[in-house]
Amino acid sequence: MIKLEHMSKYYGPYPAVLDVSFEVLKGEIVGFLGPNGAGKTTTMRVLTGYTPPTRGDAVVAGYNIVSHSLDARRHIGYLPETVPLYLDMTVTDYLNYMGSLRGMNRSWVNERVPKVIDTVRLNDYRDALVGKLSKGFRQRTGIAQAILHEPDVLILDEPTIGIDPIQVVETRELISELGEDHTLLLSSHILPEVSMICRRVLVIHDGRIVADDRPDHLSERLQHSERIELTIRGAEPRAVIGEMRDLPMVVDARRDNRAESVARAERDGTMPLIVDARPNARATEVIANKVIEQGWGLVNLTPLPLTLEEIFLELTTEEDLG
Amino acid sequence: MRFIWYIANKEVRTYFASPMAYVVSAAFLAITGFFFVASVSDAFSEASVRGFLAGAVFFMIFMSPAITMRLLAEEQKIGTLELLLTSPVREFEIVVGKFLAAFITVLAMLVLSLYFVIILFVYGIPDVGPILTGYLGLVLYAAATLAIGLFASALSPNQIVGLVVGAGLLTGLTIIDFVSDRVTGITSEILDALQLGASFSVFDLDSFGVAESGHFADFARGILSVGDVVYYLSITAVFLMLTVIALETRRWR
Repeated sequence: MIKLEHMSKYYGPYPAVLDVSFEVLKGEIVGFLGPNGAGKTTTMRVLTGYTPPTRGDAVVAGYNIVSHSLDARRHIGYLPETVPLYLDMTVTDYLNYMGSLRGMNRSWVNERVPKVIDTVRLNDYRDALVGKLSKGFRQRTGIAQAILHEPDVLILDEPTIGIDPIQVVETRELISELGEDHTLLLSSHILPEVSMICRRVLVIHDGRIVADDRPDHLSERLQHSERIELTIRGAEPRAVIGEMRDLPMVVDARRDNRAESVARAERDGTMPLIVDARPNARATEVIANKVIEQGWGLVNLTPLPLTLEEIFLELTTEEDLG
Repeated sequence: MRFIWYIANKEVRTYFASPMAYVVSAAFLAITGFFFVASVSDAFSEASVRGFLAGAVFFMIFMSPAITMRLLAEEQKIGTLELLLTSPVREFEIVVGKFLAAFITVLAMLVLSLYFVIILFVYGIPDVGPILTGYLGLVLYAAATLAIGLFASALSPNQIVGLVVGAGLLTGLTIIDFVSDRVTGITSEILDALQLGASFSVFDLDSFGVAESGHFADFARGILSVGDVVYYLSITAVFLMLTVIALETRRWR
């Protein structure tokens, strides 16, 4: 559905994207991950026909985005990073207008507009001025225009940026639903978001693809240490941390300062710790033995998977060093 | 082609949903009304629309870019241009649609101004010919000035830049005879050929003549010349093409 072959895009002498190739198959939900300025938006602008590539080819829905631009654009639904809305129009008027610009005929527009308003749950705001809507609702209006013409390919650039946390959750749910019947490319610099929605992640850094894998494979591949959550009752914190650090496979031990752990600890009168250990060293077993040997109360001992966020940090750091 | 109509339709609605169309129409009728009254209120003054035409030609130097300044600058500023340029719509359809919207808005103003003509017919015996050619010339002149204004609007996301550049281009093409008078030969002729409308004799309140030079002069006198019509149509076409090119180059930035 989406195919990029050795695509490079220069702005003047500066490369924004360098020799990027990837393919997204029909029905795939792909996350496009990278820090700000990595080249995500530029890549998406090439794919949507907004800006032509300097070198290489982009094919979307079977049409070359340069030579058959209009055909390709008919099959793309696009939500740019700055949600493009006419603030002085109502939601319904805006969608009617966008529909006609997508070449939809009147009856198709009339049939689709109420449906997409329902899909993005804006039923109560169909006649509200777009300019009066909250950011989250504006985002949904933007998503509505992207899916209006039933495009084969949906390209969403940072769809949850700048909206409040509750609306972020709702927007993510909405995007997950859309992924059920669209080929979806979604960019983000928020990592848990991508691992939540996508089954495949492309990591871009400094204009190059540095990883292309399933989120869980990425974490396996990049696991340099094991992280263990340890909760103890009835012991002096400093003593526990000291004993843990003395264990041969332990890299570091420290208090667990995450808000939920601290709250639970205060409620239960326990002490939460985070222990980082070298992988494949049976760290949990050794720690369990140690706790029992010292006569402390063992409340919880759980290995934690590394989050994509940390993997990502590793990826970019490695790139920086190289 | 239907995209042109969709875009024009949306923009005309936007004009009339905001105070813009009404404020500009009121200013247009007030200014041209002043010129009209001053030109016909003396005893024995000629029953013609020349005063109105002079006022309109003068005022459109500022009015046309004010009407068009929003059209492409705002799309760039709020990011909707990205949406338009990734829709299956061609650049020229966007440009022509926007142009038509501004043109229709100005035509509506010109229709309102017809009450000057009615007054002439009620209180005098005007010559119909110069009124017809004068209005035809004004329609063509409006098209040319709006095309220049639209081009200026495509250059920057800032509406004020569009207004200043547009009014600057129009003023330059209007007072180009200042330059052509001071050079000789072919350069002078080329510059004269480019002169847009009336020059500053608009301010000659005694004669209310539209300038002797410039492509508008013959229209005001009741003469229909192919050269003048072609000139205004060419200016319109050239600046609409330049606007399309300006939009296309935005893709590369």
